[in-house]
Parts: sequence; structure tokens; C-alpha cells
Amino acid sequence: MSTPTIGVLALQGDVREHLVALAAADALARPVRRPEELAEVDALVMPGGESTTISKLAVLFGLMDPLRERVAGGMPVYGTCAGMILLADKILDGRDDQETVGGIDMTVRRNAFGRQNESFETAIPFVGLAGDPVTGVFIRAPWVEAVGAGVEVLAEVPAADGPDARIVAVRQGNLLATSFHPELTGDHRVHEYFVRMVEAAGR
Amino acid sequence: MSTTPTSAEQPQVGTARVKRGMAEQLKGGVIMDVVNAEQAKIAEDAGAVAVMALERVPADIRKDGGVARMSDPNMIEEIIAAVSIPVMAKSRIGHFVEAQVLQSLGVDYIDESEVLTPADEVNHSDKWAFTTPFVCGATNLGEALRRIAEGAAMIRSKGEAGTGNVVEAVRHLRQIKNEIAKLRGFDNNELYAAAKELRAPYELVREVAELGKLPVVLFSAGGVATPADAALMRQLGAEGVFVGSGIFKSGDPAKRAAAIVKATTFYDDPKIIADASRNLGEAMVGINCDTLPETERYANRGW
Repeated sequence: MSTPTIGVLALQGDVREHLVALAAADALARPVRRPEELAEVDALVMPGGESTTISKLAVLFGLMDPLRERVAGGMPVYGTCAGMILLADKILDGRDDQETVGGIDMTVRRNAFGRQNESFETAIPFVGLAGDPVTGVFIRAPWVEAVGAGVEVLAEVPAADGPDARIVAVRQGNLLATSFHPELTGDHRVHEYFVRMVEAAGR
Repeated sequence: MSTTPTSAEQPQVGTARVKRGMAEQLKGGVIMDVVNAEQAKIAEDAGAVAVMALERVPADIRKDGGVARMSDPNMIEEIIAAVSIPVMAKSRIGHFVEAQVLQSLGVDYIDESEVLTPADEVNHSDKWAFTTPFVCGATNLGEALRRIAEGAAMIRSKGEAGTGNVVEAVRHLRQIKNEIAKLRGFDNNELYAAAKELRAPYELVREVAELGKLPVVLFSAGGVATPADAALMRQLGAEGVFVGSGIFKSGDPAKRAAAIVKATTFYDDPKIIADASRNLGEAMVGINCDTLPETERYANRGW
């Protein structure tokens, strides 16, 4: 496969940072706001942002069904934070009318780590990435409350209030999701991991 | 930005990256002024990325006169309870105790705002001292960088709040963008003099010259009343917009709010902006800024 073209869903959120990170990971990156733009990309990143806003705009501008079709058709997708919520088959603490694209057999709790005053950064080991742990930047972040059998857990953080760990990165087939924002750190290894997934899917 | 593998062993709250990163998540979105829980829900339904909780919108502050202060904590808590999106609230310039109160209430961002009556005519609050991030207004690059030096994690144009007139927001945004463009052309020798002229720290001036943008997110505020106004600010380089009186002082707030959200995302698509602009009912009345006495110009507050 030649250099893959990876879109970044650009309805709202930290689109620019993902475009920069993807370009650094040797992909062709471009913003996607319309169904015809979605049709032209090999893979997609769903950025951080406000998940209620992104979901509303995706419905209003006719992107929700095409997104579901592409996901069902095997298109690789990486979602960070709000993007993780959009990839979840089930969400907790969302708005009643909040739709997701779905695709990953998981239940995600929105704003699970708390409000902005509880937002934090910490080092996390990430399965499949060599070298130092990644710096996880968690901003009003969700966590994964439950996963189905086909979902691989890639990263966890210790829970603040007990012995449990919170799941913060998962993969199911061609779909990847993190509660945190690698795009804000200048460390492009998670994006490189995703680009390798995209290349493998294209072979 | 560099990674901090050694310092991040223990979870850290309130870091510059976490504060500035929060604003990055708001980009491409609309932050709406609301005065009660009901308006906050209308804003959330319309697709706002956050709401600004305040007692009176700027148009009413203008009308009523008197001293404008931080809102009642009860009202802020009701709004926090009513919506799932981030909630911001305003403190007076230099009133760091109001800011402490807002942080204790758990607001997601504090706006140290010229719309309220300043509490200190020399000093702004030390924003590094807080876990809660701050957004501040600016009319030019030097002012923006002074606020960032004090710890602001997000900048907005001041515009002229409560007028429904976008002219001052355009002036401030153009000013900031033009000054950044000018810095890009300077060599290292010239940056020292530029910092002196801007009355801003040299390190920040150099960073802006290298990045070609502010090191924090830049939004527009003050006078946005229509979908086209919001799109104009985006095309001029704002990464998102605050809408104050423009929504809830209009004829059909829910419809106007949703329309401004659409136009902010598709700011470069005139057809979508046209569709969003249809049948919105009455816009807020608006004030011509050139008839506004100097003493009633909020943009002059802050230094």
C-alpha cells in the first residue's frame, strides 16, 4: 500500500493537533467534514472535543450513517477522548439523545475522571509500544467501564479510590480508542501505531 | 511541546498542558452566555461546546449600570448540575478571591473578564496559582502575551461585549494576527526590541515568532450576533467563538444558537451559512460602537 490517506473528523475539537501528529507519522492527513470527503480517505481519526457537539453535527450533516457503514466495512478508526465515546457501542452519563457511531464492544463512561479540576497527566505503559511509557493527558476524560470478549486492553491507570485499574486504551480489530490525548504531547508513537494498523488493513 | 516522562510518575493536575489542552478540545466550537439552568440546556441542545454562567448578559450589564460582580454560587451550581458540557464563569479582573470561589465550585474555566467591573486597576490575578484554567481577553498581541505570562491558558478577543456589533472583535483579532505575522519576519536581533515594544516577556515573543501563532488557543468574543459574524471571526483566524448577549437577547434563541454552531463549523461554506441564516427571527438590537462613550467601553478595561 502506498502512503495511506487518513482523515480527521473536523466537525469540532483538536483537529489540528491530530493532522500534525499523523503527518509526523508519515500519513497523508486531511480534515473530513462531509460524506464525500469521508469516502476519499483510507482511515479516520475522531479527535478530542465535546462529544455531544460532534455527535449532533454528525447527525445534522448526514455523516452518522456513512460513518457506521465505513466502520462496518472495516475502515480503521482511532478515537481520542470524545472520539472514544463515539466509537463505543454503549455510553453512560451521556445525553439521552446522544448517538454514537459504535463499533467497539465496550461501555464508556463520559467525564468519568471528573471535571476540569480533576484533569491530569501521568505516565502509562502501552501494550505494543516499545520504549518509555506514553504520557497520558486526561481532560474531563472518559474511561472504559466494560469490554466484550473481542476487545484487547492496551492501557490502564490505577483507580484513585481503590485497587482496581481503569481501562483507558483499547483495540478491537481495526478500531483503536484512548481516553487520553497523545496528540497534545509531541510523542507520535500512538499515531504511528495507528498508521501501522491502517497499512496492515490495506494489505 | 516536550514530554515529561520523569515528572509524570504520579498523576499531576493543573499542569499547563492540561489547562491549555482543555481549550484545544473547545476548538471549532461555540461557547454561549447563559443566566440560568433553562438557558444552559437550550445551549447544550443547540450544540454549544461549553456555557458561560453569569447573572446578567453584557447587554443587560450595560443597561443596568452599577458594579458587575461574580455570579451567585447557587446559580452557578444549578447550571453545573443542569448540563453535561463544561461550565465557565467570570471573575472580575484582579479579584483573585472571586476566582478562588469559582475554583471551589468546580467550574471548568474561569474568565477573568472586562465585562465585570475591575477590582484592581494595576494587577490581574496570578493565574498560575490555580488548578482551574483561565481565559482572558486581549485587544492586541502584547496584552495577550502579558495574560499568558500571568498564566492564562486561553485567549479571546475582547470585542465590545453587549453591543451586538462585531466591529471591535474584528479589530482586535486583526491586530493580534497582524502583529504575529510581523514577528514572523523578524530576525533574532529584532525580537528583543519587539518584546520591549510589546511589553511582553522575550521568551513568549520568541515562541510566537517560531510557532506563527499564540502558544494557547485563540477565540473571538464580543459582539457576535449572527451565524455570518461567527463565520467571519473564524475566517479571520479565531479558533472558535464566544457568543454573549447575541443568543438570548434575540427573538428565537434555540434556533439562533443552533445556526451559529453550524456556521462556526462550516465557516468557509457560504451555502451552509446562508441556510443557517434563514428565518432566525429578530437579532439583538445592537449598539454602534462609535457612539459609545470611552467610559462605557469594556475593551479599555485591563492593561
